[in-house]
Amino acid sequence: MNIHEYQAKQILRDYGVTVPTGTPAFTVDEAVEAARALGGDLWVVKAQIHAGGRGKAGGVKLARSLDEVRTHAEAILGMTLITPQTGVEGQLVRRLYIESGADIARELYLGIVVDRGSDAVVFMASTEGGMDIEEVAEHSPEKILHVAVDPLVGLTDFQGRDIAFALGLEGRTVFQAVKLLKALYQAFVEKDCSIAEINPLIVTKSGDLVALDAKINFDDNALFRHPDIEQLRDEAEEDAAELLAKKFGLSYVSLNGNIGCMVNGAGLAMATMDIIGHYGSEPANFLDVGGGADRQTVTEAFKIITADPKVKAIFINIFGGIMKCDVIAEGVVAAVQEVGLSVPLVVRLEGTNVQQGKDILANSPFDIVAADTMADGAQKVIALAGK
Amino acid sequence: MSVLVDENTRLIVQGITGSAGSFHAEQMLAYGTKVVGGVTPGKAGQSVHGIPVFNTAKDAVRETGANATVIYVPPPFAADAIMEAADAGIALIVAITEGVPVQDMIKVVHYLKSRGSRLLGPNCPGVISPGKCKIGIMPGHIHLQGKVGVVSRSGTLTYEAVGQLTALGIGQSTCIGIGGDPINGMNFIDALELFESDEQTEAVVMLGEIGGTAEEEAAAWVKANMTKPVVGFIAGRTAPPGKRMGHAGAIISGGKGTAEDKLNAMREAGIAVSLSPADIGKTLANRIG
Repeated sequence: MNIHEYQAKQILRDYGVTVPTGTPAFTVDEAVEAARALGGDLWVVKAQIHAGGRGKAGGVKLARSLDEVRTHAEAILGMTLITPQTGVEGQLVRRLYIESGADIARELYLGIVVDRGSDAVVFMASTEGGMDIEEVAEHSPEKILHVAVDPLVGLTDFQGRDIAFALGLEGRTVFQAVKLLKALYQAFVEKDCSIAEINPLIVTKSGDLVALDAKINFDDNALFRHPDIEQLRDEAEEDAAELLAKKFGLSYVSLNGNIGCMVNGAGLAMATMDIIGHYGSEPANFLDVGGGADRQTVTEAFKIITADPKVKAIFINIFGGIMKCDVIAEGVVAAVQEVGLSVPLVVRLEGTNVQQGKDILANSPFDIVAADTMADGAQKVIALAGK
Repeated sequence: MSVLVDENTRLIVQGITGSAGSFHAEQMLAYGTKVVGGVTPGKAGQSVHGIPVFNTAKDAVRETGANATVIYVPPPFAADAIMEAADAGIALIVAITEGVPVQDMIKVVHYLKSRGSRLLGPNCPGVISPGKCKIGIMPGHIHLQGKVGVVSRSGTLTYEAVGQLTALGIGQSTCIGIGGDPINGMNFIDALELFESDEQTEAVVMLGEIGGTAEEEAAAWVKANMTKPVVGFIAGRTAPPGKRMGHAGAIISGGKGTAEDKLNAMREAGIAVSLSPADIGKTLANRIG
């Protein structure tokens, strides 16, 4: 799960990390009022969307007067930001964050990830702050320091100093950095983060460290123990169909093609997308009904797929293990009965009780095309979608 | 021979009184697995399908001589169950539970390092040596005893590949599901090592997916160490970057973990790659002639 920058900064602030003072704003007037209340003579008006790359897309502006705050807030609020992370359709800006300006001496990069290679939380630090870290990683990987944390001990002081010296910090700033890094690690583990990024982490002219931007993702599997984090969810930032699917225990991702897919199991669902690609077409979605799908989940999955106007034909590919093919077949027939069938439907069943399942489909009053294998099903559904 | 499990495996079921644990305990018994006990804290003295229930894994091991466990405990308690099994000295721990927090798994993996247990999963279908022993949730009837080892990150995709092999009359020595989570127990290399030294196994099918670099590392290991033929498939060739495909681990991020990288690494290692998921069985049949 993703949250906004201003929410991430509040979490960091709670853990003792210095962030600029700021206030979220939902209207232009609120933005101007926030700036007035913050005081000073330099503000930053920042679009709050979940995707990164806001600055280059025009979603972050400096203001030197309250009039400028108003001008920028009017321009940014309601604009559709298109960044490399939003996709071509972009993301509508519904919230702003008004922050006091900072005096920047240096910009550094700090990232924290769960690393599969070392089975540990790993800090990544670089002097190339403010830059696209993926570009740094590609062109000058030696500029990124990796430090893996022993989960049974936590980030040690010496590891903190290693990072601080590698970042070229000096004097009291080194000790400030150790404190900040340990606070970040604590926040990361306690809040079950999956990724945290502070880019840039700045050194001010007076030698203090400030987290100027913050991006935090959380492990969906751990949200059950963080009702406070769940509260921060902004459903407007999430795909409506994906959100709906999640409520029914379905895993759904919208894609660009015209073949709607319903599959049991994530690996087989990806393989089903691949075989559609293999035969020259494109899937409209990834949809995993999971291992325990029943008639209701199949119906809900069917509704989500048929609600997508891109879908010109549907391919249901089920390898029944514990999930029985006859139960799935009954679910499919019930779903068609309830939702109707406006596009061709191809169903491939294999595994437990496959013959009973096929009989149920064949004896239904609906025009359901049976397929014997994945390849057979993919070719049939592509042909039907093209008609 | 087979790997990990055979007719000498004595299994306990952690979470046996829950609906998944109870259902699959019965399925495993029906397959012929020696299910000798179950664990649910506070329910010692009960029995499920005639299997005695114990309060702790230690009690179960002491009373039954179990050398393997399978975990159907809900996600908030799964990590603790795995560590309890390791502390009881159980050699093989198979964690089926889906949705275990990744921070829990980081602790578990480090906890296991100082103990002798081998972990499979979490979020995996389990392991089966056809005709001998089935631990997990896979449908037993699609398997056929034979000479091909299968290792995979995904459940139903494994069934698909096994189904293709069986339809061609090609049996399996052991099928291992390592699971789709980013931090887990056994990886591809651990399974390949076992297959390489197993007499029954003559060839291996390796089913990977996008995300991470485990397939690339496995391919490098195959190139350096493997004498038996290997066939590979990678799911997610058509998946867009930045989108998580169901499994927590199946995501292309920062340009890493693409299917093309993995397929190239496999080809480079002499692994026969099946580009279509429908041709996995056929590719293996061609490879072993």
